[in-house]
Amino acid sequence: MRQGDLILQYFLSGITKGSIYAVVAIGFNLIYSATGILNFAQGEFVMLGGMVAVTLAFFLPLPVAVAAAVLIVALVGGLLELVFFRRLRRHSLLHMVIITIGLSIVIQEAALHVWDEKVRSLPYFTGNEISSVHLFGAAISPQVLWVLATVGVTVVLLHGFLKYTMRGRAMRACSSNPEAAMLAGINIPNMRTLSFVLSAALGAMAGCVISPITMTHYEMGSGLAIKGFSAAILGGLGNPMAAVLGGLLVGVLEAFSVSVLPAAYNDVTAFAILLLVLFVRPHGLLGRPAGESVREF
Amino acid sequence: MKRAVIIAMGLCMLLGVVSFQKSAAAAASAKPIKIGALFSVTGPASFLGAPEEKTVKMLEEKINAAGGVLGRKIQVIVKDTQGSPEKAVSFAKQLIEEEQVLAIIGPSTTGETMQIKGLCEENKMILVSCAAAESITNPVAKYVFKTPQKDSQAVTWIYNIMKDLGISKIAVVTSNDGFGNQGKLQLEAAAADHGIEILVNEVYDKQATDLTDILTKVKGTAGVQAVVNWSIVPAQSIVAKNMKQIGLDVPLFQSHGFGNPKYVEQAGVAAEGTLFPAGRLLVVGELPDDHPQKALLAAYKKDYETKYEENVSTFGGHAYDALTVVVEGIKKAGSIDRDKVRDAIESLKGFAGTAGIFNFSPEDHTGLGLDAFDMMTVKDGKFSLYKK
Repeated sequence: MRQGDLILQYFLSGITKGSIYAVVAIGFNLIYSATGILNFAQGEFVMLGGMVAVTLAFFLPLPVAVAAAVLIVALVGGLLELVFFRRLRRHSLLHMVIITIGLSIVIQEAALHVWDEKVRSLPYFTGNEISSVHLFGAAISPQVLWVLATVGVTVVLLHGFLKYTMRGRAMRACSSNPEAAMLAGINIPNMRTLSFVLSAALGAMAGCVISPITMTHYEMGSGLAIKGFSAAILGGLGNPMAAVLGGLLVGVLEAFSVSVLPAAYNDVTAFAILLLVLFVRPHGLLGRPAGESVREF
Repeated sequence: MKRAVIIAMGLCMLLGVVSFQKSAAAAASAKPIKIGALFSVTGPASFLGAPEEKTVKMLEEKINAAGGVLGRKIQVIVKDTQGSPEKAVSFAKQLIEEEQVLAIIGPSTTGETMQIKGLCEENKMILVSCAAAESITNPVAKYVFKTPQKDSQAVTWIYNIMKDLGISKIAVVTSNDGFGNQGKLQLEAAAADHGIEILVNEVYDKQATDLTDILTKVKGTAGVQAVVNWSIVPAQSIVAKNMKQIGLDVPLFQSHGFGNPKYVEQAGVAAEGTLFPAGRLLVVGELPDDHPQKALLAAYKKDYETKYEENVSTFGGHAYDALTVVVEGIKKAGSIDRDKVRDAIESLKGFAGTAGIFNFSPEDHTGLGLDAFDMMTVKDGKFSLYKK
């Protein structure tokens, strides 16, 4: 294999991983932006999305199953906000974060009981397990292109929603200045619920598109949440674009680290670089320093 | 005062007699023989533990329906270790101290087994492990046995087939858990003897979801003629898919950990042509009728698949063998004295299990020869005997 092709292949491998991290990281951002909560149950939305879709795909065509899964998980997300976080508004953010960790464990156990411990997956959206798209001397699974397309479309839609619709603007308003937003007549609790609904829907969508690559099982959420979280931090919390950049960067770094170091040091490289970035830019690559503009999208 | 003391003493005696009678009566009504089981029913190694638990439950019913052992029923107490060595240790203590079981079968994984090996040895507790690594029974511990084939034998099979195919330069990828680490050691140790050169040797996380980067490294290394993957995690399917996706066109060998149809299903067409050594349970239909294991394997497969409506796997078979070994030991010893049962197990010869024909001895607590394996391949999404 030529050197150039090899580098490209590593790069594509990094993109494969990175696109998965990115799609999880976007969901992190949305809830953080609207509520200030770091939702560690985000990985569970991803897992639920995949699980529900796989189950529905038995008797529904794939696109319908995916859409239904996204809808169901979005409802679950909204319900969680209504039942837990809305009642706990008076508690500190730290409490909330710890509650999300608790919730993620509960959801995992529930999934284990509803489904089982087996690994399952959705069929590849195009092609099958061995089809690949060739790019010069390198190759990539078509499913990765699906993931990338999902990331792209999501970011564009999200950006449009937050910038140009009334509701999106209201959501931004309650993140940058809750008191002023309230005075302007914005129903802040409802906006928070909406952010959970959207974030859960995004997570579920992610869970469906990555399912053919990573496969879906009840435990997949926590690992994804950690990687997605690092991606979000690296890019800068509160900015969906930055999350995508962060995710792809973590993925590509991991892939290239394999080219020089044993693969066992994969995570070490990724996290070392994350730490370095945070030393120099504590607010992430694209994030703005706190105080200048709090949690602006 | 005196009278009160006498009455009190009388009462005590009465109570004593009553309780004595009670315990005597209980013993006579033949309490079930307790056997502990540690399986990772859930968690990352659940594809081992879940079929093991189901198998053991099924076998327990069957044995009890047939009248039990020595006229007593058996009771298998299953604990779910979730694949965690820490949990395995605390459950093992519980089984030894509180439940006072006669023997323990399991755990499912090598990592867990190695953690409780010493504990069982200290407490003179019979342990029949369902995990595969060589180190469990080498060096031999007096009370520790295991039923799966040794991984060194799996390595020998793989290297022999490679020799036939003219392969001498390979890449080895393993998972970072007990099974992967032991396999890596065995593959490295035996390579030179078989004239095999390992060009790439990589370890990946047991929860890895994509391995294209490692396989890119393999692709970029000139001269690699085959890839060997050694793990029991879902990565077995991922390796197969990723190799095809990046166009790495060399044979893929897997360990005996691949013996679950679930992996083939998950890898889809990418699994076609994968080579791996395994027990004959997977290809029972292809065995000649006079094969000593045929009847047993066919019966187990049929019972399991009708009861649970899922494909039988070799892992459940290891639990089948483990429980059967203990039961045979009890029968042979004719008692439930733990040391007598242990001696009886150690002297079992020519005993047909799902993994092969067991011949235990004081030097060999695995009891299986190289012939317990056969080379399998995947053909049209099904396991099939590999023919040269």
